[in-house]
Amino acid sequence: MNLLKFFTAGSVDDGKSTLIGRLLYDTDSILADQLEALQQSNRKNDDGTIDLAILTDGLRAEREQGITIDVAYKYFQTDKRKFIIADTPGHIQYTRNMVTGASTAKLAIILIDARNGVVEQTIRHSYLVSLLGIEHVVVALNKMDMVDYSETVFNAITEKYKTLAADLKLKEVTFIPVSALKGDNIVHESKHMDWYQGRSLLHFLETVDVEDQQSYNLARMPVQWVVRPQTDELHDYRGYAGRVLSGSFKVNDKVTVLPSGSSSVIERIEIFDQRPEEVHAGQSVTLHLKDNVDISRGDVLVNADHLPQNSKLIEADVCWMDTRPLDESITYLLQHNSKVTKAKINEIIYKVDINTLEKENAVDFKLNDIGRVVVKTADELAFDLYTDNKANGAAILIDSRTNLTVAALMFRAVAD
Amino acid sequence: MSKYNLDYLDELEAEAIHILREVAGQFEKPALLFSGGKDSITLVRLAEKAFRPGKFPFPLVHIDTGHNFEETIDYRDKMVARLGEKLIVGHVQESIDQGKVVEQTGKNASRNALQTVTLLDTIAKHGFDACIGGARRDEEKARAKERIFSVRDEFGQWDPKRQRPELWNIYNGKIHKGENVRVFPISNWTELDVWNYVKRENIDLPSIYFAHYRDCITRNGQLMAASPFLNMDEEDIVENKKVRFRTVGDMSCTAAVESEADEIGDIIAEISASKISERGARMDDKVSEAAMEDRKKGGYF
Repeated sequence: MNLLKFFTAGSVDDGKSTLIGRLLYDTDSILADQLEALQQSNRKNDDGTIDLAILTDGLRAEREQGITIDVAYKYFQTDKRKFIIADTPGHIQYTRNMVTGASTAKLAIILIDARNGVVEQTIRHSYLVSLLGIEHVVVALNKMDMVDYSETVFNAITEKYKTLAADLKLKEVTFIPVSALKGDNIVHESKHMDWYQGRSLLHFLETVDVEDQQSYNLARMPVQWVVRPQTDELHDYRGYAGRVLSGSFKVNDKVTVLPSGSSSVIERIEIFDQRPEEVHAGQSVTLHLKDNVDISRGDVLVNADHLPQNSKLIEADVCWMDTRPLDESITYLLQHNSKVTKAKINEIIYKVDINTLEKENAVDFKLNDIGRVVVKTADELAFDLYTDNKANGAAILIDSRTNLTVAALMFRAVAD
Repeated sequence: MSKYNLDYLDELEAEAIHILREVAGQFEKPALLFSGGKDSITLVRLAEKAFRPGKFPFPLVHIDTGHNFEETIDYRDKMVARLGEKLIVGHVQESIDQGKVVEQTGKNASRNALQTVTLLDTIAKHGFDACIGGARRDEEKARAKERIFSVRDEFGQWDPKRQRPELWNIYNGKIHKGENVRVFPISNWTELDVWNYVKRENIDLPSIYFAHYRDCITRNGQLMAASPFLNMDEEDIVENKKVRFRTVGDMSCTAAVESEADEIGDIIAEISASKISERGARMDDKVSEAAMEDRKKGGYF
């Protein structure tokens, strides 16, 4: 059985929390004591039924205000697949939280209120999905019960969204008409929409093909830790421990160590007491090399015939996440997987109005702003373009005055 | 092009190992908080996978309420001997003797809340900058919102409104002096995942997880192990029942469930069919809707 991480984009008004609550409720994922706590709560729907949205509101302030502030993770499984939901807030002031939840997701559910159609928020959410390169998109047209389960309404919104999806180059978009409140097409197929022949949301989530499709050649493994027992019997043991970011490594593969550029051959691969011949993206492993090369934490082992980009000057999309605005005069820390180096923002190329998608000149860059910049790093980075290899194409910026994570970076090009 | 997809347990395991190695790489003085429960036992197994044949780059730390199940302490000592790793024990009794905390009184008295003070003292005494714990997001709704690297201020407090964004699999462990980070490598595991992993890895657990006969009393609808640590009176009727425990905490606040499950396959079947959450058997969570959030803000795990 495999695992699918997805996130939901929409606001409380679109019924996002209700949709998640419905998914959990109708898959029997809510346990009796939690249900009891739910029933005791004062919040009820107008018709007196349980407000399923409460299930996802974790913090006191969220319950009090009836909004989602931070990402909440929910877990459920069916007999086909295990799921992790990142329930992210939809309001513009929480864009950074949505980016956080979306960064590890393979699939996005974009909620549209069928009464309102494609609105500013839909554009913003879809833009973020495209920016972060989420492979699969489900557009859930919610509140179909409020528009008489109308096929005409569904078709009109679908057509409009397709134009947007094409503009944003979204790869795979699936439209599902639902009512989270009434339970139509969430887990069970709706009895009110004979005109819809597709799968229910859950059925789709269970069956969508989300296997990684990656070139074997993109083998990259940042070294996190050097295992050196230094005991009498393991005197010469030197293992490079890390998680394979992408691609595959095989015994006898020729590898290059970056940034130094020295090369060697994989002698042995270990996963604790196992000695696999080959390891793939996602696995945490220990590699042994034939030659004694100087390798420490932050270095990256890569396929010697398919080197990544190597540069100190990189064009990147940035999402600013701190209340202190971007400051071109200060030195930040840039963390790219296990590598940390000093960095500055050399230039702001443009900022995107994420409601209209227009690029504009920017003099400042504030919380939740998104745009394109040139980053200059103290050390060379061994990276891939985000579009080619997400796992090795992203980084964060840390403000060393506060130690806060202040920006998400997606590498787009080597800058001149 | 090739296609591959890890099994979910392999994926969760690989993620946890990655997190443990980040802790080792990023911090000067990390520690692994060991409670004797299945989650921290799982962490120990993951640490073996992350660092063997080398030593762990951190000691194990146990906060001993003094009201433990005897089986837990036996297990802990045998495990530490087998691993050959360092164990540091912080005693709640010491905090009480030093007058730093006051023992609760009354029928529902428990030392659970007191351990926060001992934990913070132990962290300060040894200068730990990162503490690895076995909390999971599926346990409780405040935990569902906590980051994997969760920064605590000098007073151990969690501020849910000031959480750092945590992007991709990049973990920012930068902190100021006096702050520390709580790290939760199995955040994304569910109770059932832990049990399936324990089974797959053939991990030995303390015997109280398996059905056994024990003297119990019923308190607030929950079965509690009769022990000298429980304030009992003539109204409490002691009954011998076949029970097991789903979590291992202080004896005075961990409830048992009646069960026939005496081997791991039965436990997995029982949990799969169960309609009560694991923390439903923790009296400490029953106080209010925000009980966990409030405790975490105060420095609790």
